Amino acid sequence: MIRVVLPEHLRNLAKVGGEVELDIAAPVTQAAILDALEARYPMLGGTIRDYGTHRRRAFVRFFACGEDLSHEPADAPLPSAVASGSEPFLVVGATAGG
Amino acid sequence: MSGVRVLVGTRKGAFILTSDGKRAKWDVSGPHFAGWEIYHVKGSPVDPNRLYASQSSGWFGQLIQRSNDGGKTWEPVGNKFIYDGIPGTHQWYDGTPHPWEFKRVWHLEPSLSDPDTVYAGVEDAALFRSTDGGTSWEELSGLRGHGTGPQWSPGAGGMCLHTILIDPSNPDRIFIAISAAGAFRTDDGGRSWRPINQGLRSQYIPDPTAEVGHCVHRIAMHPSRPNTLFMQKHWDVMRSDDAGDSWHEVSGNLPTDFGFPIDVHAHEPETIYVVPIKSDSEHYVADGKLRVYRSRSGGNEWEALTRGLPQQDCYVNVLRDAMAVDSLDSCGIYFGTSGGQVYASADSGDSWAPIVRDLPAVLSVEVQTLA
Repeated sequence: MIRVVLPEHLRNLAKVGGEVELDIAAPVTQAAILDALEARYPMLGGTIRDYGTHRRRAFVRFFACGEDLSHEPADAPLPSAVASGSEPFLVVGATAGG
Repeated sequence: MSGVRVLVGTRKGAFILTSDGKRAKWDVSGPHFAGWEIYHVKGSPVDPNRLYASQSSGWFGQLIQRSNDGGKTWEPVGNKFIYDGIPGTHQWYDGTPHPWEFKRVWHLEPSLSDPDTVYAGVEDAALFRSTDGGTSWEELSGLRGHGTGPQWSPGAGGMCLHTILIDPSNPDRIFIAISAAGAFRTDDGGRSWRPINQGLRSQYIPDPTAEVGHCVHRIAMHPSRPNTLFMQKHWDVMRSDDAGDSWHEVSGNLPTDFGFPIDVHAHEPETIYVVPIKSDSEHYVADGKLRVYRSRSGGNEWEALTRGLPQQDCYVNVLRDAMAVDSLDSCGIYFGTSGGQVYASADSGDSWAPIVRDLPAVLSVEVQTLA
């Protein structure tokens, strides 16, 4: 199972308490995670990535295993620790503003 | 017993203020959508329990929320605002062409006859319509496509379509306004549009009487006289008696004619309200005094309404969507400030009292009169 941690606003929107677990076939990529996430929680559509272009929203970041993966290609395989479920994939609201 | 429900959008959530017809004691519920910017909340005139809210954030974009129980519970509905066809370009701040990009919904205007039909005015300026309760949205692209779109440019707050007025006597006639493009009208249900800015004079654009480019802040209409429109422009309070075909200034004796909201008394079509703001470079009330100005002659002669409002050390602003009226026998007037106060008057503006004092900055105020 892939583990996904959402920021508080999106947890509230999707009405989930803690981590989200997703069953995703290999290869596990950012795009595959977001596809599965939006399929299960349609209200998250457009909140993490643009509907049309699928580009990550500017103030959303993707972290995992202590690394910022935000600028990695959406179809690049994620670290094996994310794919195995031992480490979560973090969707983070960027530090912005004052 | 009759009552009112005041729908307040703020920088950090929505609040719902309810009272009986006396409007003396208030129940405050919220924040709904805590932490999100709520640009606008408005109820259907057909079904007052049907509410629509525009929820957005710089991080997570735009959501539309719908309630079927007067705001007790909400559900997210459609948030896919896709411009029709190739979006094209408008003019950027530096005069270069800039592609149309959706940013947020400023204003939601429910249909006068169908609770599932609602219009959305968005930034970058366009008009969308949903006929399925907000589940899906379609652009009325005749507005952007009528010819002057490439000349439109954003005001300081963005290029927003912020005003939508549906003619109660003719559902095919809709008025909209855009900062900083001006006012537009359709007479065929949104298929075709034309600018209605003749008579506006704006010194801040190269040609002060240009067909488009005017920074219209707000337009108001009394439902019994849909051909009479009142406008608060960036500077100048204007009036039209021919459905926008021509405008003339009615600023009269106002201390300053810069401002954002304008509204019309529910039972007196010639009684109108504005909140003068010192200037476009100082977005707060003049002289440290919060004064609503009322004209009972449709403009030109104005009186300051101050009873119950702070008259010293006050430096708030009142935004374009942050004033509304109820339709009880003694008309109630409401407005919200950038300082988080929502003031109410149950006597047409003669006296005022705060309903709440310490909300986040208020972006919008709407009122529902409940049977």
